[in-house]
Amino acid sequence: MTAATSSRAAIAARTSPARLPGVGRTGWSRARVELKTFFREREAVVFIFAMPAVTLVLAGAIFGRLHAGHGVTVGNLYVAGLIGGGVMATSYQNLGMSIAVERERFTLKRLRGTPMPPAAYFAGKIIQVIVAALAETALLLVIGAAFYHLRLPASPAAWWTFAWVFVLGVAACSLLGIAASSLPRSAARNAVAVVTLPFLVLQFISGVYVPFFLVPPWLRDVASVFPLEWMCRGMRSVFVPQAVTLEPGRSWQHGQTALVLSAWLAAGLILCLTTFRWQGRQDR
Amino acid sequence: MNATGWAIRARGLRKSYGGRTAVGGIDMEVAPGEVFALLGPNGAGKTTTVEILEGYRDRDGGEVSVLGADPRRVGRAWRARIGIVLQLATDTPELTVAEMVGHFAGFYPRPRRPAEVIDLVGLRAKARSRIRTLSGGQLRRLDVALGLIGGPELLFLDEPTTGFDPAARRAFWEVIRALSGGGVTVVLTTHYLDEAAALADRVAVLCGGVIAAAGSPAELGGRAAAKAVVSWQDGGGRRSQATAEPARVVADLATRYGGEVPGLTVTRPSLEDVYLELIGGRQ
Repeated sequence: MTAATSSRAAIAARTSPARLPGVGRTGWSRARVELKTFFREREAVVFIFAMPAVTLVLAGAIFGRLHAGHGVTVGNLYVAGLIGGGVMATSYQNLGMSIAVERERFTLKRLRGTPMPPAAYFAGKIIQVIVAALAETALLLVIGAAFYHLRLPASPAAWWTFAWVFVLGVAACSLLGIAASSLPRSAARNAVAVVTLPFLVLQFISGVYVPFFLVPPWLRDVASVFPLEWMCRGMRSVFVPQAVTLEPGRSWQHGQTALVLSAWLAAGLILCLTTFRWQGRQDR
Repeated sequence: MNATGWAIRARGLRKSYGGRTAVGGIDMEVAPGEVFALLGPNGAGKTTTVEILEGYRDRDGGEVSVLGADPRRVGRAWRARIGIVLQLATDTPELTVAEMVGHFAGFYPRPRRPAEVIDLVGLRAKARSRIRTLSGGQLRRLDVALGLIGGPELLFLDEPTTGFDPAARRAFWEVIRALSGGGVTVVLTTHYLDEAAALADRVAVLCGGVIAAAGSPAELGGRAAAKAVVSWQDGGGRRSQATAEPARVVADLATRYGGEVPGLTVTRPSLEDVYLELIGGRQ
């Protein structure tokens, strides 16, 4: 390249910013890379994707035939609870761990050094999370239908409930996962404890690993502060509607579910906007 | 090119971490098309300086212009014109080389062809391999490919050949020379003297956050002006003479000996001598 053509190119680059690839194209490219990476990484597939399914098969095999009452088996409750847990695993846990690793390995720093629009990075993550969460839900529904007499709802109203609980749950937990990714000092050493431990605790008290009606009232109150309990409750209302008599207050409390999830969505957004960093603590 | 005529111009660049000064007032200019090397021991402030120029780090003081813009306030159009090769980037092990390079090409308005860039860094045979299967030297070449894919006017290389074997280093030097021949401005940091001597048009030796000396590798630290030492074997002993005119001394000796001068050597201080003296005096 001669000096003349390179300076012409330089002028063109400055005067035609419109020719930079847009968020749509780069975001889609990020999404494809995110999906390939997620499903090719054995740890991600085993610990995030397969864990809820394995838990459902095991816990269902051990407790699934027990009757919870009113024609509801424990197996039915596990399917609904693990769909809630699976949504949080593929959003919160997935992003909390993977972004911590990407920050530590300089993936984020390298991307920041390119003209990629920052929104494309988040678009890629969101698409990857939605695909993984939908695939997870489908897998759990297949297992539930095959082994635990799960009947898919027929009414559009139930599917509408599923849709908004799923979307609000994925969005709130994704933002919380992105925020949590900044917490561990070292992704390799601390991310499991800092990101996964709170999620594990929530799964025990929110009706994922243990049917919610068996959880002591004071722990239910603790669980009700966090989004997972409301996601599981919403999923029970869709897939085990006859269990309403086992619920606290004998009601699904959809209004409160939407309210709590929306509040966490807003809190997560504020946390992300104020704490997200492209570079690690030691590297600023 | 910007109004000042420089690809990079910095005046009084300063940066501290806590109370520790990393960069203590640097002035530097890099001309378009030049290969400029920042040389110095570990902890001298090379990476901090380069990362301020790249827009990764904020500075505490001084003026900086890179491709006519202040790296504190740059947008995507500016980023499309520079290429960055980071130290120690080891990400995305499950993508293939071709997938990764093709993905990054999509971020730029006028990328180079991915296959051509993969060829240029010598990774053609590995294009379909997963990144996790690459050796250290191959990973480094992938880093370079990602820095080049956007067709940058200005390329930053932070210790690009650390961990290379000698053959890979020579091959890499050829890549840099080809880029420079094509008009790309290159800024590299290194702690290898031979690398700076082989590649750079100009070198700045950074020590303790300040520039201890700057110039072409041949002139650095007054190397070209320093007196040469002519030494030869005379009877039983060795004699030597320091001189600003070594050719004349050698010609006189040749006349005196009637032809060949026994054990004749002419030496100037090596770049290494100059460098060690520079950093030794500062540390």
